[in-house]
Amino acid sequence: MISDYFSYAFKNLKHRKVRTWLTMIGIVIGIAAVVSIISLGQGLENMIIGQFEDMGADKITIMPGSSIFSAGMATIPLNQKDYDVIKRTRGIVNVAGMIYSSIRVEYKEESEYTFVIGMPLDPGSKRIFDSMQNFKLDYGRDLKDGDGNVIVVGSSVAKDDKIFERGVVLGSKITINGVDFKVIGVLETLGNEQDDRSVYINIERARDIFDNKDEFDVLFAQAKQGFDVSEVAEDLEKALRKSRDLKEGEEDFNVQTTEQLQESFGTIFSIVQWFLIGVASISIVVGGIGIMNTMYTSVLERTYDIGIMKAIGARNNDILTLFVIEAGTLGAVGGIIGVIVGGGFAKIIEIAAKNVLSVDLLKAHLSVELLVGAVLFSFIVGMASGALPAKQAASMKPVDALRYE
Amino acid sequence: MKKEKPIIELNDVKKIYRMGEVDVPALNGVSLKIKQGEFIAIMGPSGSGKSTLMNMVGCLDVPTEGKIFLDGKDISKMSESGLAQIRGKKIGFVFQKFNLLSTLTALENVTMPMMFQNVDENVRRKKGVELLNLVGLEKRSSHKPSELSGGQQQRVAIARSLANDPEVILADEPTGNLDTKTGRDIMVMLKKLHNDGKTIIMVTHDPDVGKHAKRIVLIKDGMVVSNHKE
Ligand SMILES: Nc1ncnc2c1ncn2[C@@H]1O[C@H](COP(=O)(O)OP(=O)(O)O)[C@@H](O)[C@H]1O
Ligand SMILES: [Mg+2]
Repeated sequence: MISDYFSYAFKNLKHRKVRTWLTMIGIVIGIAAVVSIISLGQGLENMIIGQFEDMGADKITIMPGSSIFSAGMATIPLNQKDYDVIKRTRGIVNVAGMIYSSIRVEYKEESEYTFVIGMPLDPGSKRIFDSMQNFKLDYGRDLKDGDGNVIVVGSSVAKDDKIFERGVVLGSKITINGVDFKVIGVLETLGNEQDDRSVYINIERARDIFDNKDEFDVLFAQAKQGFDVSEVAEDLEKALRKSRDLKEGEEDFNVQTTEQLQESFGTIFSIVQWFLIGVASISIVVGGIGIMNTMYTSVLERTYDIGIMKAIGARNNDILTLFVIEAGTLGAVGGIIGVIVGGGFAKIIEIAAKNVLSVDLLKAHLSVELLVGAVLFSFIVGMASGALPAKQAASMKPVDALRYE
Repeated sequence: MKKEKPIIELNDVKKIYRMGEVDVPALNGVSLKIKQGEFIAIMGPSGSGKSTLMNMVGCLDVPTEGKIFLDGKDISKMSESGLAQIRGKKIGFVFQKFNLLSTLTALENVTMPMMFQNVDENVRRKKGVELLNLVGLEKRSSHKPSELSGGQQQRVAIARSLANDPEVILADEPTGNLDTKTGRDIMVMLKKLHNDGKTIIMVTHDPDVGKHAKRIVLIKDGMVVSNHKE
């Protein structure tokens, strides 16, 4: 007979339309926020994990700074000496270092800031980069060992109205800090806006332009086949510590295997995500209190009706169920609307990321579990909020309720 | 005439309401026997305790002192859920103010008592339509109470009171909010139920209404002052 309770609940909620809508707002906002945060967070995580997987499990990343979280802070850079230490470490087959800087780039009459990346072009280093960044040439030719003032650009640089009004074309001239470069190649879209907006030149040329003699912004090492990557990474860290004369725990650099990088990002992600969910939950709690308030009013208003129902045979439990289900329905309807709004919002972000930022790989992850779970959760929040008012309704004495005007 | 066992028996029933510090005695020792199939009018001035008496018999309240037997069962000390069961199954209420649920249609109002007895949906519908037929409102089954006249609402209430085939119909001033002509229609209907074998107990202070009953119990200051057959 539970369906009768639902149909009675719907009738009462429809009867008080304005109040019903107002009451649901809190739940709608809270659930919409949670659904969009979780689906986009999951999508972002999937995107980044996918990129790490492209790097390959045998890669070790060495960056200045005590942890990957200190990126961008003032740190002691890595230099050629560190490079040599890494290269000599047991189990390392190859090392590649690069430098980058956000700098003004001129094309025709325009000049815009973008990342200029100095890449090592010796075949060993080039192979590591190609595998890690998943670079593929779209047209033209790639940079090769011994190249001078030539430049390969990301796909956005070659498109109209992305960075420059007219996209860069093969054979044209790009000027960086007064040095002219000839465009020789355009990369395929990587789906990561920062990479797609970057331009790539020989590291030797970049050292002249950035006035950087022997420092690296990041080093990538590749472990030999058959070696345990995490052991190699530990040895590498020890060797660097020794050469830089640092005690354990005082490192001003950090060494991460692909797996560790993935875990580190996963950790930041869940911290940020749980924080946001926490904020959104406040709205759900407020929504629950709203439902409680509305249900108290409703119980008071319907005291006489409660008396009638008791007179025609309703037991205390029937009245309790009736009001708890009404409150649950209020929550669930709010939850359904919240899921639609939140899912729609996440999809809009996905489309906006694709069209405005050219991030193709971000897919809002709207799983059935998330959507059904969110509605179920709001139903439970509604029922819990309705419990006390419903108890008050159930415990009314029939004569007293019937005397109420 | 064969002496039947009474369906309702009140034994020195007292009801005292506590209003803060003062006790308000509403019933001062009422004893009464009502047999199956009787049509009784309880009459008396306003505030004499008629409704209080009805509420005790209808299991809406329990006495402060004394015993009440319904079908031989002592109901004066029963739990609320036990009383609710008896109200649902054995008693049908008709109130002065019709007491329909405003968000429900006529048919839904009539079938609601069956919902609390877990009657199957289809059975409920069929019985509900039958009962609306009985009171001549089959065409109004999907109307809300606000779309019905007072007399029509009271007929819906009568149909509802019959939903679970109760043995006893309790009607507290059933014509109190109706004009004379409509009130007479309602009385015709109650008399028909009496002829069909229902036990009917009706509260009224209107002698014209009271004379439809087969026995009149007169109450004053919470006590029975006369009890005679017409
Ligand atoms: N719930 C209650 N609390 C306090 N006093 C009550 C209550 N119900 C009835 N009374 C009092 O009991 C007396 C009898 O009331 P009632 O049975 O309603 O009389 P009647 O129906 O004959 O007009 C009145 O004095 C009334 O004020
Ligand atoms: Mg009265």
